[in-house]
This record gives sequence, structure tokens and C-alpha cells, in this order.
Amino acid sequence: MAAPAMVLVLPVLLVAAVWCVAVLDGVLADRAAGHRGGAGRSLVRPGQEVARLLAGQRRTTQAADGLLRWAGIAGLIVASVLAAGVVPLGWKAPADLSVGVVWFNAMEVVAWAAVWLVGWGPDSALSLVGGYRFVAQGLAYELPHMFAIITAALGAGSLRMSDIVDAQAGLWFAVWMPAAFAAYLLSAAAMAFWGPFDAPLGRDVAGGAAAELSGVDRLLFEGGRRLLLVAAAAVAVPLFLGGGHGPWLPAGAWVLVKTLAVLALLVWLRHRLPVVRMDRWTEISWIVLLPLTMVQALAVALVVLARGGGGP
Amino acid sequence: MTLAVLLALGVLAVGGGVLVFVVDSMARATFCLLASFIAVAVMILMTGLAYLGTVIILMMIIEMVIMAVFMIMYMMNPAGLMPMSMFHNTRGAALISGLLFAGLTAGIFLADWPEKRGERPKDPTTALGETLMEGHMLTMMTLGVTLFSTIVATVVLATGRGRYDRLGDGLDAAHADDPAGGGVGR
Repeated sequence: MAAPAMVLVLPVLLVAAVWCVAVLDGVLADRAAGHRGGAGRSLVRPGQEVARLLAGQRRTTQAADGLLRWAGIAGLIVASVLAAGVVPLGWKAPADLSVGVVWFNAMEVVAWAAVWLVGWGPDSALSLVGGYRFVAQGLAYELPHMFAIITAALGAGSLRMSDIVDAQAGLWFAVWMPAAFAAYLLSAAAMAFWGPFDAPLGRDVAGGAAAELSGVDRLLFEGGRRLLLVAAAAVAVPLFLGGGHGPWLPAGAWVLVKTLAVLALLVWLRHRLPVVRMDRWTEISWIVLLPLTMVQALAVALVVLARGGGGP
Repeated sequence: MTLAVLLALGVLAVGGGVLVFVVDSMARATFCLLASFIAVAVMILMTGLAYLGTVIILMMIIEMVIMAVFMIMYMMNPAGLMPMSMFHNTRGAALISGLLFAGLTAGIFLADWPEKRGERPKDPTTALGETLMEGHMLTMMTLGVTLFSTIVATVVLATGRGRYDRLGDGLDAAHADDPAGGGVGR
């Protein structure tokens, strides 16, 4: 597939993946609640929910900063799509940048600004609490996340996603960099404030950053959050899961299958684990995860040196 | 086309900087500044320095979000709900910044810029890094460690609670006496 065609296909694939996330999330929520609605109910419900939010009225609060709230919502969606642009769909990415790993990092961190802005915008105390919670969570997950992604780049000796995929023709990075892979998966959930890391949208603060969102605003924010989750799951494939490498199927199919598998794991974990408070998570992240990912990076660096890699 | 994009980015960068002092909400001021920085980062991307431009975007977003927290914590009108002024010493400041701007602009046009020699390097970021660092690697490493130890020392001096407050005078308490519990259970 040529690059311009992929640019057109990418948004379609992203929306389809978001829909898969919503369906699986609904199935697991139904099962936990003891509903026996059947799979059909779960398949149509995301569509119904979209229609409901599209038709619903937009509430605004007094003295809201609409411009900043809009910037937050739009930023979340735009950044998620731009982050997903460096993922090779098969062997080639829509934008195979020489600094793909850093680009993904830069786009993913837009979520910090986006969630804070959405929390700040409505001039409501509970949503502001949610926004600040996400900044605290960001400070906790970001450093282990950076060490995890840079470890994959180190193993391949390149920041380009397609080079990292090529380096995994034999052994997947997830196999010999397990700590980096685990830290990446945790940070993928944390950056999309998903799974056990959804305290910024917690029920204890009446929905947190999203407390005052309604109608199309809520649709775009919740959709943007799932887009970011999809982008983060998709980036795990070239970084750690061998990208398009695999028997029988074409490369593009393998990327899709692996992305959906990572998404399924993240959705399942969301329903298995309780919410982690960010004060607890910060200490775990800085005292356990950060040294662990640093040691992982050191180990990978030593392997690369022993192979005679490193340096021009 | 390239010139038009550069011009638009320049207007966005300067305009964002001006807006920082025009808007009366700390949140808006912070994100105007972020818009200004990102416009500069895109200009750097356009010069072919992909790594530097992307890292500037990354660092500036993190930095500005953290700055928003502190600006709102310390400034007098965090919510921007009441009119406030961020100006002090307006005449002196206008004079100084006007002269500085004129001087820098004059510098751009008066400087004797070197002619381009040789081919464009394959990886401009590496070439730039080598030019900046090659002979000064030891200095830079020392500088880095010095800065880091300064940060650690500042935190040690500034912290209100040290290990004796947490673990008692003999450092032998079974559980740390912390106002907020962490997740590791130390």
C-alpha cells in the first residue's frame, strides 16, 4: 500500500479499533454486572451511545473557559491520530519518520495538556481535581515509559519504527526486554487514563475531568481517550511484538491481530484491577519501575555492545 | 510556500508571546506560551533537524503543563475570573525589550554569516551534536553531574521532612511516619 492510501486507511482502522474496544468493554461490563443481554446487545450499544451523545444537548457551566476546553478535546484526538501515524501497517508506516519513537512520545504527552485543559475548562472543582490528578499520574508514568521505549530503540540502534521492526525478525523484543515491555503496557493504560489508572475520571470525583462534559463534547473526549489507547497499543506492536513478523499471514494482518490482542489485554485488565490512586502509583513507579527499566536499558546496552553494535 | 509557512509560524510565535501578556487568565497565558514554543519547534523541524524539533515539542508540553500548575498556585488571580495585570515597570520594560529586540534583529542582518560549504550531512542532528559537543564532552559531562548534584542538594536543603522525621532518631521505626502513604509500603 502506498503512503497516501495508508493516510486515508489509518483513520478508518483507528475508528474500527475504538469500536472494538467499546464492544469488548461493554461485554465485560455486562458480564460483571450479571446481565445476560447476549453479544448482539453489546455489538449495537456503542452505536446507540454515539447517537445518544450526538443528539444530546451540550451543557455548559457558568464562567466556563470554552476555548481551553475545546483545545483539550481537539488536542487529544489530533495527537492520538498523529501518534498512530508512525505505526507500520505491515512493513511501511503512513509516516515512517527517522525519529518515530520520539515523535510518538511527543504526541502521547499532549494528553497531559489535554486532560488538564478539559478539567480546567468548565470552572468546576471536581473536574479540576480530575485534571490535576492526571498531571500527577503523568509525572509518575512518563519516566518509566520513556526508558521502556528508548530500550526498544536501543536494541535496534534506531529511532525509526521500521528499523525496530526489522531488528525483530528473529526474536521479539518483548521476549528479551520483558521489564521494558511490562512498563510500556502499564504506561499505555496510564497515558489513556484507562484501566486501573482511571482515577482522573474517577467515580469518587463524580467523573473527574469529564464531569461536566455532555453531548458531542463527551463523545469526542471519550472517543479521543480510546483513540489514544488504540495508538498506544498499536505502538507496542512495532516496539516489542515484532511488528509484521509472523508466519502464514501477511504483515498487515499480523499488525492488526497483535494490536487487537494488546487492546483485549488492556480492556480485560481494566475489569480485573481496582483503581490505583496516583499517590500510590507514583511511589511504585519511581521506586520500583524506574530502577527496573533503567537496569533493563543497561542490560540491553551491554548486549548491543557485546554484539559489536553501538557507535557508527 | 515554505516562506509563507515560515512567516505564518513566525507570526504565531510572536503573537503567542504577546498574548501571554494580553490575556488575564494564567491558564490561557501558559498555553499561549506553549503555542508560541510549538511554532518555533515546527520551524526547527522545517530546517531538517527532526530530532531537535520533536524533542522541543515533547519537552515544552511537559514543561508548560507543570508550569501551569505552579503559575496558578502562585499568581494572584489563578482563575482569570477577576481582571489582573501582569505588568510592572511598564516604561522601563518597554524600553529594555524594545532595544533588545532591535539589537537582535539588527544582529541578524548585520552579522557576517558564513557561506555554506560542502554537502548537507546525512543526519544533521548528529552533525550538529558533534559540532557542539565533540571537543567539550568532558566539560558537558562535568556540567551535567554538577547540575544534577545541585538539584539533589537543593531538594535536601529545602525538604521539610527528612529520614529522621520519617523513621525516628535512631532510624529504626518499623513503619515510616508519612503524611501520605505510598504504594510500596515502606
